[in-house]
Amino acid sequence: MSNDAKGWDRNRMAARAAEELEDGMYVNLGIGIPTLVANYVGDKDITLQSENGMLGMGAFPFEGDEDPDLINAGKQTITELNRTAYFDSATSFGMIRGGKIAAAILGAMEVAENGDLANWMIPGKLVKGMGGAMDLVAGVGRVIVVMDHTSKHGESKVLKACTLPLTGKAVVDRIITNLAVLDVVEGGLKLVELADGVTEEELRAATDATIV
Amino acid sequence: MKKVYGSATEALDGLLFDGMFIAAGGFGLCGIPELLLEAIRESGVKDLTFASNNAGVDDFGIGILLQTRQVKKMISSYVGENKEFMRQYLGGELELEFNPQGTLAERMRAGGCGIPGFYTKTGVGTLIAEGKEVKTFDGEDYILEHGIVADLAIVKAWKADDTGNLVFRKTARNFNPPAAMCGKVCIAEVEEIVPRSALDGDAIHLPGIYVHRIIQGEHEKRIEQRTVRTREDA
Repeated sequence: MSNDAKGWDRNRMAARAAEELEDGMYVNLGIGIPTLVANYVGDKDITLQSENGMLGMGAFPFEGDEDPDLINAGKQTITELNRTAYFDSATSFGMIRGGKIAAAILGAMEVAENGDLANWMIPGKLVKGMGGAMDLVAGVGRVIVVMDHTSKHGESKVLKACTLPLTGKAVVDRIITNLAVLDVVEGGLKLVELADGVTEEELRAATDATIV
Repeated sequence: MKKVYGSATEALDGLLFDGMFIAAGGFGLCGIPELLLEAIRESGVKDLTFASNNAGVDDFGIGILLQTRQVKKMISSYVGENKEFMRQYLGGELELEFNPQGTLAERMRAGGCGIPGFYTKTGVGTLIAEGKEVKTFDGEDYILEHGIVADLAIVKAWKADDTGNLVFRKTARNFNPPAAMCGKVCIAEVEEIVPRSALDGDAIHLPGIYVHRIIQGEHEKRIEQRTVRTREDA
């Protein structure tokens, strides 16, 4: 798949992911495309959790208003809202591990048809660490992956089985790529929706995983 | 009860020894005990094991102890921002134990609460689970993780009274309370030591029972990633 006119760009993927969110949800957004999801929640009352210890995360600060004591999990300066709550890291991961966070939207290097997720480590390459990703995928109510369907070399990242070390086993519920929306179901992945201009044939050709 | 010391070096007096285990608060460069780290560097103590979510950057935070080769091992969840760390790690000079972030925080909290181990779903079926006991509860697998008890905890808070009651500010709280709890001894560096009763007893984030020594000082509070929007965007 190298036809740039087909499928969704980063912002369309983020907008599609935002449709997954319902009024009143507490949600954790990962780094990269997932961060853009916040731009598309519209009128829905969504509370963003930042795992370094904050519920109710606001936008980036205006120039000059940066506060070194107020950052998100990507270590970027951010702002608070009138309903923000702060807490320590043990409490933060208590709410994550305890299933209080309705959904996490995060990026991936590979996803498998059984819901296995790999997004933290490439053996032989620089390993930076898993951060909070393993806790999030193990604990939150629903795990939604947003990523490009194929690698830069055109290889499918939606696989029968992950080749990279896992972040979580059988943890992914829904995959949103530039080509389609897929659900992890018994026996493989179920096509939920095709991206603009993408045919099912093209999707299947770009996908290693079983589409049932 | 005298907990207030004149400087980071004075507060560390008699507590440091080669090969010791230190738990440090902070997330990235936010809420790190920068004055105590500087004083530990000056002390020359070596072969340190640090439990800390991150390893600082090359010239700030725990990074300054990596420059001087005072660190033997890190227990962390993410070490991406530190080139010297990577150089020593890839060269086999530095040990690294990755812990999922929530597991690390809970290991500290548990250690401080007298809980030697706990079971968690985090990391089941991954490299993290290798060699760890697996136990099934209600049909789901969990792995055994151990509580951390450190020889020394070093933390950064916003305000303290002289009894060690601490108040943190915004996301600078992060790992500081659990790190403080797991130390056999805990030193807190704060921006301001205030008189008793100046802190609302209902709004103490960490009770002074966990804090043995306190210092006040000027903090650089470096920003790691300055992200802003322009006023025209609003």
